[in-house]
Amino acid sequence: MAIFNLNINGKMREVDVDPTTPMLWVLRDHLRLLGTKYGCGVSACGACTVHLGDVAVRSCQLAVSEVGDQRITTIEGLSKDGTHPVQKAWLEHDVAQCGYCQPGQIMTAVALLNHNPDPSDLEIDEAMYGNLCRCGTYTRIKAAIKTAANS
Amino acid sequence: MTVVKTTFNRRSFLKSSVLASGGMLLGFSWMASCKASPAQGLTLPDEWFEINAYLKIGNNGVVTIMSPNPEFGSNVKTSMPMIVAEELDIDWDKVIVEQADFHPERFDRQFTGGSQGIRQGWDPLRMAGATARQMLREAAAQAWQVPVEEITTSAGILYHQNSGKEAGYGEMASAAASIPVPEEVELKDPKDFKIIGTSRKNVDGLKMVTGVPLYGLDYYKEGTLTAMIVHPPAFGMKLKSFDDSVTRTMPGIRDVLRIKTLLDDYERGGFDTDTFPDLVAVVGNSTWEVWKAKEALKVEWEPFEEYTFKMGGFRGTQTVTVPAGLENTSDHQARMAEMASKPGREVRRDGNPEQAFKNAAKVIERTYTSPFCVHCSMEPHNFFAHVTEERAEVAGPVQAPEFVERTLSARLGMPLEKIDIQLTRMGGGFGRRAYGHYAVEAALISQQVKAPVKLVYTREDDMTFGIYRPAYHMVYRAALDSDNNLIGFHVRGGGIPESALHANRFPAGSVDNYLAEDWSIPSNITVGAFRAPGSNFNATAEQSFLDEVAEAAGKDPIEFRLELMRRAQENPVGERNDYDAARYAGVLELVRDESGWGEAAPGVHRGVAAYFCHNSYVAHVLDMVMENGKPVVERVSCAIDCGIVVNPDGATNMAEGAIVDGIGVAMYGNLSFNDGVPDKDNLDTYELSRISDAPRKIDVHFVKNGIDPTGMGEPPFPPVMAALANALYSATGKRLYHQPFINGA
Repeated sequence: MAIFNLNINGKMREVDVDPTTPMLWVLRDHLRLLGTKYGCGVSACGACTVHLGDVAVRSCQLAVSEVGDQRITTIEGLSKDGTHPVQKAWLEHDVAQCGYCQPGQIMTAVALLNHNPDPSDLEIDEAMYGNLCRCGTYTRIKAAIKTAANS
Repeated sequence: MTVVKTTFNRRSFLKSSVLASGGMLLGFSWMASCKASPAQGLTLPDEWFEINAYLKIGNNGVVTIMSPNPEFGSNVKTSMPMIVAEELDIDWDKVIVEQADFHPERFDRQFTGGSQGIRQGWDPLRMAGATARQMLREAAAQAWQVPVEEITTSAGILYHQNSGKEAGYGEMASAAASIPVPEEVELKDPKDFKIIGTSRKNVDGLKMVTGVPLYGLDYYKEGTLTAMIVHPPAFGMKLKSFDDSVTRTMPGIRDVLRIKTLLDDYERGGFDTDTFPDLVAVVGNSTWEVWKAKEALKVEWEPFEEYTFKMGGFRGTQTVTVPAGLENTSDHQARMAEMASKPGREVRRDGNPEQAFKNAAKVIERTYTSPFCVHCSMEPHNFFAHVTEERAEVAGPVQAPEFVERTLSARLGMPLEKIDIQLTRMGGGFGRRAYGHYAVEAALISQQVKAPVKLVYTREDDMTFGIYRPAYHMVYRAALDSDNNLIGFHVRGGGIPESALHANRFPAGSVDNYLAEDWSIPSNITVGAFRAPGSNFNATAEQSFLDEVAEAAGKDPIEFRLELMRRAQENPVGERNDYDAARYAGVLELVRDESGWGEAAPGVHRGVAAYFCHNSYVAHVLDMVMENGKPVVERVSCAIDCGIVVNPDGATNMAEGAIVDGIGVAMYGNLSFNDGVPDKDNLDTYELSRISDAPRKIDVHFVKNGIDPTGMGEPPFPPVMAALANALYSATGKRLYHQPFINGA
């Protein structure tokens, strides 16, 4: 066990955990930030996507010891009231079915738009390819990303 | 206006109205969970009055409607309360929706599956709203001393036109709660619907995009321990022994124990499917600690001998035999081919099919197969349980709480009333969560460690624990006469361990000479419901085959089907046809017109398919283009006849998802076995539709016929796979007979 001071959603949080613990489980088990989801544990589904600095990463593959003083943003850090433009676009298109993958989808989409404010269809496909939606809401995800890009 | 007797649901109303007699205020503990979402901006009332199990009215006119069924993404949590609100005659903006826990004494059929939620909920939900409205009218009539017939309502306000009196529902809620439940109530004429038929946003939309805990995996209670299970690595294997000496010393580990999910003499129900009922469980403080400790466990497995268990059901108690052996996909394929070469069990016969094939000018025979497929719900299996000597409190993702409760009761030796099941939102289900073995496992672990426990399956556990879509095999034969009329049709369908055959579906009823047979091969690989069970393969095979028969007959594939449907409508063959040929033809005609069939632009390759299942009719036209030598789905046009559509945008979302899902299952779905070991155990190897597989455009069209709602979650799924196969043929000139299509066979 070791103590880590983490910058999460703009707040410093202290955890005492095994250094190999993936950030996914630090967020969920130790900080009770439950918006970040467990889907596969092997970086294949994107449900656990968070931002490390400005980059979308799979928190299931990010050991707590690798984070250092880099900022982590989770779905809870985007906005609590759904007012982030990407969250608003998701609501406007009523994207979700089961909804389980959507925090990860949104975090990847936000990172995409931060780097590329006007992505093409192909760029959206490339950026979002790693985020699985088992319910198949991709056409709405794409439409919501375009709406957010235009807002 | 329709008058209906309220007897259907009267018992639950009576019980709840007794609870609320005299305008009794409900306890605030229950209401603590009843917070309006910020988006609604609703002010909560000071007092709530329970009118019946489905709804409560606040003194300020805000209404809480309980959504009875478990929610796995089909959006019943929005559409079911919409039905109640419609008959209550309230503004949707004044409604707070809450997920009901499992209360079979209060609610009808709390089961999500079989596309039956709205179909079977339609009457009880309307009645719940209409009954409450009637009680409010009675209360107003008594208060104003006027005949109840003269009280009208609109958007949550009671009016008496002659006296000019009016009052909000909130003002009459206390009095209404003590009005005796009426014997019969009036239901609205569908033409007066104001909420049903209008698109309303998902009631959990804001929560889902802000990461609010909703799912079973998010369910935490103070002092909850984490548990994981270790199960045999292969079908056909069982636990022999385990060495937990290292695991027990690892940080954060509380216990290692053996659990037996179902006892040997237990008579199982249809949803008690359990692949590995003898497990090791590791229990500890946190997920990662338990995960690592689980990996350190040394377990010995051994092949099991053939065994039997008792299974209850409509036909009484049966003995089910589970064969021994470590099975291989190559053997499966050989055995299926062998079975398909012999006559099967005759399920339906019309006319003289043998003679028709003898007389045929042309015979077409094709074989279609599919391997086992895995559900892969996004949220891996998990369940919370806190079992004490007094009670069992459980919570988590489950489609069929009724069956879980029964199993828990039997296994824990506890009466049903001591078992509380809370229904969390589910991260998908697709049929898999109708089998609640993991809830029983969680309860047994909690009982043994005497603490609240959350059982978490890893994705690998989830995918290798069985209850898959069966492996299927179907041989179709068609006989055409010299004028290219379909004079004979023969289907021989089988599978491991069951067939996908639906013998009384189209084209049965449209062909004079028809023969359907089935067969099956026993296996210890467990199977279960998978979105539109059976239909999801039957449709692929049948509708791919009919496309090929139409081509052989030199006919347009839509016109060929319509000809057969006209025959089935005007002069049906046989009496057991389970579809309405006019409605079937209706969706084909609608998709033909909406897709501009016959007017495809150059370079657009089209495939059509139609299917009936779960009481609804769906037809798709799939447009494919080739880009850089690769097929791309440009557009899918979809026509659906599911009767009245409660929430059109929600239903459209379901259809879009079913289309995307169907493309993925057909292209990639494949779980194979080597000596009983599944060849894939995670989403890096098991492929499903990704964003780049989704059609660029999906147009969904609903038939407007005013018929009471039928199924929606499953029906759009089966036909898309055939539409895809037929479009791929059109694009590449190659017919596809064997899923997954990615293999190109």
